[in-house]
Amino acid sequence: MRRGVMFAGAAVVLAACMTAGLMVGAAGLPLKGVVLALADRLPFVSAHSGLTSLETGVLFELRLPRVLLGAMVGGLLAVAGAGYQGVFRNPLADPYLLGAAAGAGLTVTLVIVAVGDGAAVPLAAFCGAAGGVLLAYGLGHTATRGGGTATLVLAGVAVTSFLTAVQTFLQQLKVEELQRVYAWILGDVGGGWEQVVMCAPYAVVAAAILLLHGRLLDVLSVGDDEASSLGVRAGRVRLVVLVAASLATAAAVSAGGLIGFVGVVVPHAVRRLAGGSYRVVLPLSLLAGGAFLVTADLIARTVLAPAELPIGVVTAFVGAPFFVTILRATRKVET
Amino acid sequence: MTVEITGVGVELGGRPVLRGVTATAREGRWLAVIGPNGAGKSTLLKAVMGLLPCTGLITVAGRPVRDLAPRDRARLLAYAPQSPLLPPDMTVHEYALLGRTPYIPYWGRESARDTETVRAVLDRLDLTGLAARPLERLSGGERQRVVLARALTQEAPVLLLDEPTTALDLGHQQQVLELVDRLRRDDGLTVVSTLHDLTLAAQYADDLLLMSGGTAVAAGGPGEVLTEELVTRHFGARVTIGAGPAGRPVVHLRRPTG
Repeated sequence: MRRGVMFAGAAVVLAACMTAGLMVGAAGLPLKGVVLALADRLPFVSAHSGLTSLETGVLFELRLPRVLLGAMVGGLLAVAGAGYQGVFRNPLADPYLLGAAAGAGLTVTLVIVAVGDGAAVPLAAFCGAAGGVLLAYGLGHTATRGGGTATLVLAGVAVTSFLTAVQTFLQQLKVEELQRVYAWILGDVGGGWEQVVMCAPYAVVAAAILLLHGRLLDVLSVGDDEASSLGVRAGRVRLVVLVAASLATAAAVSAGGLIGFVGVVVPHAVRRLAGGSYRVVLPLSLLAGGAFLVTADLIARTVLAPAELPIGVVTAFVGAPFFVTILRATRKVET
Repeated sequence: MTVEITGVGVELGGRPVLRGVTATAREGRWLAVIGPNGAGKSTLLKAVMGLLPCTGLITVAGRPVRDLAPRDRARLLAYAPQSPLLPPDMTVHEYALLGRTPYIPYWGRESARDTETVRAVLDRLDLTGLAARPLERLSGGERQRVVLARALTQEAPVLLLDEPTTALDLGHQQQVLELVDRLRRDDGLTVVSTLHDLTLAAQYADDLLLMSGGTAVAAGGPGEVLTEELVTRHFGARVTIGAGPAGRPVVHLRRPTG
């Protein structure tokens, strides 16, 4: 069936990007060695990879966590973006719409200013992102009883400007910390196994909830009145998806910083290539988002090697032309 | 199934939009709700569907609508709004399949029976050839049929249609109304629709409900409700009402002379 083919294709692309991410770097690793070394770690499989112990160390301690984290962060941002787009019935909604980015930016700045870089940063980012969304949701909900989506977006705008203002003020007070805050904002998926382990549970739960709501998001796409007339409690579905997407965003932000572009562009590209049903858009965004960010990270750490570009710069730099290409290739007549 | 509306009132933003509306849509018949703009026709339909909180009582086959769980309600009543939101890249088949939502569990997916129902409905409405077409590439008449298809896959015995002929040309208006009438007769559906064209309402409906200013001002057969006196009073229009086919009234606008 066509859907199955698309999912398989996206999975193959993701696997290929991840393999490339494992092979390429300051020390190039051979494909065969990488595959055998990975196979060797599987239970009941024993294979001799032919990699030196240094190469094995690079593979398992540097590259593998980095590639996994990249795939996870990219997938989460893209699937969260698709979820937000479904909830707000707007293809331009992004995971940072409700103040997640501003919340995380503020708490991370606070932590860096107060105690300096360290283990507290990811936790601060997670709490800040979740807190920003909660604040926007609370505001939007009290402003109109029941909370219309337009009010919610406006509350997100207000929360974002307010928190960003506080953050800017703090940065002005502590200019010497500016670069560290800035580096965090531009994103990095080199957090190592610790980050992978911390992010994974949220990633699995949030992604599973989102993927299971594809059919209901399709129902919501015909409007609240009709969704209700079809027996769906629109408000409840919207809330569940919003919570899951915000959890995904918070996990992604805590593990990778404020990486832009992925959450809007990947779902949109998927929609162009595979149609608008959320039952397709959500899973394909998860896979394609992962592939996209792993590739962006690969470029970030190779083009100026040994220096590293911020991954947020690469996502926009590579993503924008890529997006234009897709728009042109799937050009359709606007009606 | 008979729909009984008893003393129904609706407030929107603190303003009463419907007051004490009482009406009956009898099983297997077509009730057309008519009235000037802002009379509360669409609001009444939404209240019957349970989309708006209301006072009074609305029952379907004797069961109060407000006591029904959303899914059970959706198996009794199907609703097509005046300007339905049609996601541009959703296909006709996917859209019609949405009508099966009340039969699919929250975490579930549609069964073979659901797809079979959709196939049969599309076939019945001559839409099989369009099944794979995205909604944005349909003409006005096709859209209206697709919206009907979605309502029919719901297999609800009561069909609530808000202005099903809006934005359609004469031929397509007739086509859609004939289709609804055929489905009503074949399946024994109860149809409640708002219609702004009084002559069309008189042609197709068995019963008319005239609304004005949020209240029901007249109800009965087309000949009883469409009188020059009532139409002039509530629409503020000068009309002549003649006899049409099968004794059903025909409303002509009369231009003031002099």
